[in-house]
Amino acid sequence: MIQVFTFYLFATLLIASGAFTIFSRNPVHSVLWLILAFFNAAGLMVLVGAEFIAMLLVIVYVGAVAVLFLFVVMMLDIDFAELRAGFMKNVPLGILLAIIFVCELIFGIGAYRAGKIELADAPVNPAREGASNIEAVGELLYTKYIFLFETAGIILLVAMVGAIVLTNRKRAGVRPQKVADQVARRPEDATRNMQPEVGKGVEL
Amino acid sequence: MSVGNSLYLVAPEIILGASGLLLLLIGAWGGFKSSRLVSILAVAALFAASAVAFEFLTNPSFADGGDAFFGQYRVDKFSALTKLLIYISAIVSIIIAPRFFENAGSRRTSAMRPEYPVLILFASVGMGMMVSAVDLMTLYIGLELNSLAAYVLASFLRNDERSAEAGLKYFVLGALASGILLFGMSLLYGFTGTTSFNGINQAFEGGLSTGALFGLIFVLAGMAFKISAVPFHMWTPDVYEGAPTPVTTFFATAPKVAALALTMRLAIEAFGSQVAAWQQIIIFIALASIVVGAAGAIGQTNIKRLLAYSSINNVGFILIGLAAANQAGASAMLVYLMIYVAMTLGSFVAVLDLRDADGNQVEEISSLAGLSKSRPALAAAMAIFMFSLAGIPPLFGFWGKFLVFEAAVKADLILLAALGIAASVIGAFYYLKVIKVMYFDEPADVVVKSDSKSHAIIIALCALFVSPLGYLLIPVLGNIADQAAAALFWAF
Repeated sequence: MIQVFTFYLFATLLIASGAFTIFSRNPVHSVLWLILAFFNAAGLMVLVGAEFIAMLLVIVYVGAVAVLFLFVVMMLDIDFAELRAGFMKNVPLGILLAIIFVCELIFGIGAYRAGKIELADAPVNPAREGASNIEAVGELLYTKYIFLFETAGIILLVAMVGAIVLTNRKRAGVRPQKVADQVARRPEDATRNMQPEVGKGVEL
Repeated sequence: MSVGNSLYLVAPEIILGASGLLLLLIGAWGGFKSSRLVSILAVAALFAASAVAFEFLTNPSFADGGDAFFGQYRVDKFSALTKLLIYISAIVSIIIAPRFFENAGSRRTSAMRPEYPVLILFASVGMGMMVSAVDLMTLYIGLELNSLAAYVLASFLRNDERSAEAGLKYFVLGALASGILLFGMSLLYGFTGTTSFNGINQAFEGGLSTGALFGLIFVLAGMAFKISAVPFHMWTPDVYEGAPTPVTTFFATAPKVAALALTMRLAIEAFGSQVAAWQQIIIFIALASIVVGAAGAIGQTNIKRLLAYSSINNVGFILIGLAAANQAGASAMLVYLMIYVAMTLGSFVAVLDLRDADGNQVEEISSLAGLSKSRPALAAAMAIFMFSLAGIPPLFGFWGKFLVFEAAVKADLILLAALGIAASVIGAFYYLKVIKVMYFDEPADVVVKSDSKSHAIIIALCALFVSPLGYLLIPVLGNIADQAAAALFWAF
């Protein structure tokens, strides 16, 4: 009973936040609605027993992708009024695309009903019997596929090195803080005690 | 198969990967000044990895090879031989780099940075995985590691417009090719239920479904991009011209050896039971590469572009050996690859040695006029490389061509061999044009003397290898290549 209730709760919220993502006028709100949609989708994944995918959704999509969207939307100075001005001009194209997608959906469902393609038999499941998804993925990654997993790490490192090599440079004309110098400066180097006489200014 | 044994078999990759990480730290703390130290240590690491590969190649206890990590990675004579070629090319690319980048930087600062040798090391790890891959996942990860490092290297001179353009072009087209390859691999996995080459081969024995055929074609298309075979060669001249010359030297040798070796292993070990399905594709891309490589080079005025077309042309000749689809063809390909690496390294280092009085690189062919008067030794070496690339008999380049054509004729591909020989005559034209400019044109007096000992030594060694003296090595090279090719045909 509780499962059915949670399913409808998550599903309703997912569709609602998806709709708000599209209809909200403020792009920042759109991204926030998108994040809510991701969380609800993750809830649905937990319900069907795919807890690993649920965690991926939250960590990767919310933690990285959506935050990146948010940064882009907030950093870039996009004139949304101008973007909306071209709306009517592009409506025919949009409708055409929508029709194509609907046709593809109908074809896809029809083909699915007609029977599946002759694929190979599903390979033997290499995971340990009775392991949860996360345990199975972890065990395989760190035993059977350790070599590939570590090399994938090196690929990411190379990408990082590449980004730094190609963009990092010494910038001229910047005044960075010299923390050590600032801390080492004593009051007597920077201040003087003055005894100004009445009616006269201070000589600097 | 214990983990310890697996780790021992991947020793070349571990040596290179670990020293890459260590050198990255040295570079991060030492800054630009540590470039020299990092380069020397990187060369030492590559020599250590070569020693391990040499051990795998010659030690009789590895005669049957071995699989590491549950059949994802194989050590055999084929992988050991190609790894040696790759590491030698990488060593040369590191040795020739500092001189080039010192002149290429702005007046005060050198453009040589410690990341250059580190990226070459990581690329070598990727290439080592490519030639040892017996699983689609190893293949893809190795290929991506190599490609990603290559994209960065292509635009290493980031202030140079041509270099940045080369990197961007290579990145966009390379990503597209990776996508095609990955799509093909997913189709293969779906229709055979396995990612291991052996498993795919067994699944193909029962016949080839349409979906699997599409997968095979997509995978071969992705590989054709990496070896710059003809329908997918468009990036090659631009990238070779724009990339810094040491990087071009690297691109024309090591990744090409790795991708060709990977194509051989895929075609023979994974698709070996359906030769008819891929043989016609290979025949087509071989012929098309030979013709386009020869015809496209004729109008070129930049020597690096000319050498790029020459490498397309040579890949076509090498693929003729694969079209034969037998052990003799594979052995011929390996001999050709060894000679090709020597010719290409030599000719690119010779190009690197061409500088004008201001220290700028000379790349125009017309500026080579009268090189025989101002730099007789360099002109002679260049002439040897050009004659050898053209496959003119007394030089060693002829032997490689002879072997692949012999293999093709024995496999009853007489028409292919005849067309290839005819097209190689077209190719000879532009090689001879370079020699004519150097020896018979009015001196242009652009190129000045060079005082680089390392260039001179590398050029001399390569020239000696491809000179008629190289024929003395035929028994040794032929024997190694036969054994390596036999390792590839273990299933037959």
